Amino acid sequence: MKNIRNFSIIAHIDHGKSTLADRLIQITGMVDERNFKDQILDNMDIERERGITIKSQAIALPYHARDGEEYVLNLIDTPGHVDFSYEVSRSLASCEGVLLLIDAAQGVQAQTIANLYLAMENNLEIIPVINKIDLATADVERVVEQIDSELGLDPFSYLKCSAKEGIGIEEILEAIVKRIPPPKGDPEGPLAALIFDAQYDSFRGTVIHCRVFDGTVKNGDIIRLMSNQATYKVEEVGRFLLARAKRDKISAGEVGYIFASVKTVSDVHIGDTITLDDRPCDKPLPGFKEFKPVVFSSIYPIAPEDYEDLAVALEKYMLNDAAFVYQKDSSVALGQGFRCGFLGLLHLEIVQERVEREYDLSIILSVPSVRYRFTLKDGSVEFVDNPAHYPDPVSIDKGEEPYIRATLLMPERYLGVVMKLCMEKRGENSKLSYLGPGRVELTYEMPLAEVIYDFYDRFKSVTQGYGSFDYEVLDYRESTLVLVDILVNGEKVDALSQIVYRDQARPRALRACERLKEEIPRQMFKIAIQGAIGGEIIARTTISPFRKDVTAKCYGGDITRKRKLLEKQKKGKKRMKTIGSVSIPQSAFLAVLKTNTDN
Amino acid sequence: MNSGKTPGLYIHIPFCLSKCHYCDFYSSTSISAVPDFLKALVKEMKMYRNMFDVFDTLYIGGGTPSLLTPSQLEDILTSVQKNFDFTSEPEISIETNPADLDRPLLESTREMGINRINIGVQSFDEKVLGLLGRRHSAKQAILAIEASRKAGFQNIGLDLIYGVPGQDVNSWLDTLRQAVAFSPEHLSCYQLTLGAKTPLGVRYQAGEFLMPGEELQYEFFIKTSEFLEDAGYIHYEVSNFAKGTKYVSRHNQKYWDHSPYLGLGPSAHSFQPDRRWWNHRSLDQYLAAIKAENLPVEETETLTMEQLRLEALYLGLRTKKGVSLYDFKNRYHYDLFAEKKEMIDRLQEEGLISIQDGRLYPTQTGLAVADSLALI
Repeated sequence: MKNIRNFSIIAHIDHGKSTLADRLIQITGMVDERNFKDQILDNMDIERERGITIKSQAIALPYHARDGEEYVLNLIDTPGHVDFSYEVSRSLASCEGVLLLIDAAQGVQAQTIANLYLAMENNLEIIPVINKIDLATADVERVVEQIDSELGLDPFSYLKCSAKEGIGIEEILEAIVKRIPPPKGDPEGPLAALIFDAQYDSFRGTVIHCRVFDGTVKNGDIIRLMSNQATYKVEEVGRFLLARAKRDKISAGEVGYIFASVKTVSDVHIGDTITLDDRPCDKPLPGFKEFKPVVFSSIYPIAPEDYEDLAVALEKYMLNDAAFVYQKDSSVALGQGFRCGFLGLLHLEIVQERVEREYDLSIILSVPSVRYRFTLKDGSVEFVDNPAHYPDPVSIDKGEEPYIRATLLMPERYLGVVMKLCMEKRGENSKLSYLGPGRVELTYEMPLAEVIYDFYDRFKSVTQGYGSFDYEVLDYRESTLVLVDILVNGEKVDALSQIVYRDQARPRALRACERLKEEIPRQMFKIAIQGAIGGEIIARTTISPFRKDVTAKCYGGDITRKRKLLEKQKKGKKRMKTIGSVSIPQSAFLAVLKTNTDN
Repeated sequence: MNSGKTPGLYIHIPFCLSKCHYCDFYSSTSISAVPDFLKALVKEMKMYRNMFDVFDTLYIGGGTPSLLTPSQLEDILTSVQKNFDFTSEPEISIETNPADLDRPLLESTREMGINRINIGVQSFDEKVLGLLGRRHSAKQAILAIEASRKAGFQNIGLDLIYGVPGQDVNSWLDTLRQAVAFSPEHLSCYQLTLGAKTPLGVRYQAGEFLMPGEELQYEFFIKTSEFLEDAGYIHYEVSNFAKGTKYVSRHNQKYWDHSPYLGLGPSAHSFQPDRRWWNHRSLDQYLAAIKAENLPVEETETLTMEQLRLEALYLGLRTKKGVSLYDFKNRYHYDLFAEKKEMIDRLQEEGLISIQDGRLYPTQTGLAVADSLALI
């Protein structure tokens, strides 16, 4: 065990985490130079295309250190976005130390700090690494100064590297061996293994990724998942090399995988503790945050006959995304679907994209909502995250909405525009602190609903990309709420309904109508789009019909050419939802929450 | 496979003296290749002997069939008769350029049994003719129409184009007025569409002129329909008008109702349920294939039921008589009325379609959006 090191790399987006991981894999000789590109980068490309690291991954690196000893360095990769801080926390809990990667040119960013806090909560050894020192704009001195003042870490503890150029990689490996403590634990004790990831393998069922803290698990063992007491017989255990590598057992301190014919994928929850059925440990492993979805939306298949396929897709998808929750739901306009909980709007969009891409389904998401709390006149309390379940307005005594504390970091020159934006978003109790020359941190308490409503895009836009943003959920606060419905040609489309702050009902409804006007293509007849509170129409737009679209001539006997064109259009139309004979494109449902970027 | 419908025969004469600036059809200006082509055409006819039922239409199109000599045309008709069977009173049409219609040609075509003449007038406005790159004048068109009558043609069709850059509705109605004055039995009024590679298309993309917007297009379309219906013509298809049902183009109808047809010559298309095929577009490839004793076919496709359905709907809804709900159900196994009830009701309310005697058909305003009607 003394020759094992479990570590992770944490960084703000684009600070070079994937490149450093690639380098470590390469230098420890996991892959020879020739195969490097094919085997590693291609794999990573998929995630690069999606823009961020979505999945945790693990790999065991063999390392011959300068002290002459052979080590196994388990690198546990973590997702890289604020929406996924829960998954990050679980990966971190499987480690004894982290490399805190900071871009030499960009310096400390909001997420650098957020990740640092997570690492500190898990009592991890932190090795600051300044990356991209080869850049002309690199300012190592400034970053060192930030490590001291903003992160509160020992300014002499940092390492310098250029992952891209392969500079300083050996020193990092040596630091991992020397500074990160070896895992502790008793291989003979009762089994306690932490699930930090799980994936679905269509041939073998669920692959559980875990870190063993105490005890040993081997083939044939009966394991028990402590959260739901489900038991399974172990079929295979092993370690992660480039592919899975089978072993007889995995013991305290090690990172590895378990196959145990877990077929019901929802039985596996990231963060759960695995123990042995006949010799369980006393209590589950600590240190995990209870994850709570904050944004809710319903997913419907565009074609009703795809409902069963969608159900299977979501079940499989959930295995790889512990933060995603769902239950059955139905909509008058969109039929059978699922109500889903997400960590944020970005998480929602990733789920949408992955379900569509990986399971080849066309889906529609209803307008996202936060979870409101209503106290009714009879004294009962209802939580409502689905506008379709908005209580009868006359029965409501009090409405409350969730508030967050937003932490905004930016160069000082953007302070004015950001404060203005936060005021518009009903921000209150602001606090301002100067982090360093020209850099400020602003905190605001504001309704979560305002954050999911185009806040992030606008914040990025007004700070020209220099701002970073993080938030934590605080509490519920009283608010005046109304339900705004959207009617398309007089027909209420429940999936477009929103619960909004009363003073914003009109502008919000008008905006929704206008965005829909942009998204819904003109059709053969006039389409009226209205926003309404109850029976009162508060906003309205119309989409005028087109009057002429027929082409003059069918080219002699060439019927094929035109048919192919129509087939293409028909295919496009299949990706729209027809409601009351109006074809509404998928994009319209999320668009109502977004600012038109052209404006 | 026999569809129970009478087939039509199309012959594509792929030659023009000059290319019109808007034209997207295949034609060559190498007139010297005409004799080789005619030999190949006869060989192609032989390849298709006995593959089709008895024909009741022949359509000689192009290109410009009227640039052939009377004896060349006669040879074609003789070979057609040798290789294919026809019903007793076939419709035999020819497409012509006004500049070619001298008396000898007109009289000999009549004698050969060609009973329907289509004259490519396009416009009576010299400015428009110039822009379109036509090689004849308005005056020549007038003379050609008169000469055709004199030669004894009792079924004259005029082809006209509207929506030309710079043209307003009134100047177009002027052309229509002049056309109607000759009491042609048939009128085809095509809205100008520009293929990207045509000379006019290239100029349009370079921003040299604007094309009519949707509202203006609609006005052209409706005004044309109203004007000609007032003048006693039936607007029986998006672009086609006939002086009574007797003069509806029997041949073109075959394209619209899944009747079989055989197309000969470069780029010609054929259909025999439920298969479509088309010939090489280039004359050289066509000639080479025939020389090698091969069918000059570039591609063949077999239609799925869903494709047949879409075709039947888009083609049927381009015609005034629309589609028979009963036939649709029988032939394409799809109950349009039951499956699309909500949409059909809606479109009826909007006045875009009607249902009568079991037929679903577009109204005048519905015809203007026929492409979308096909996607209901």
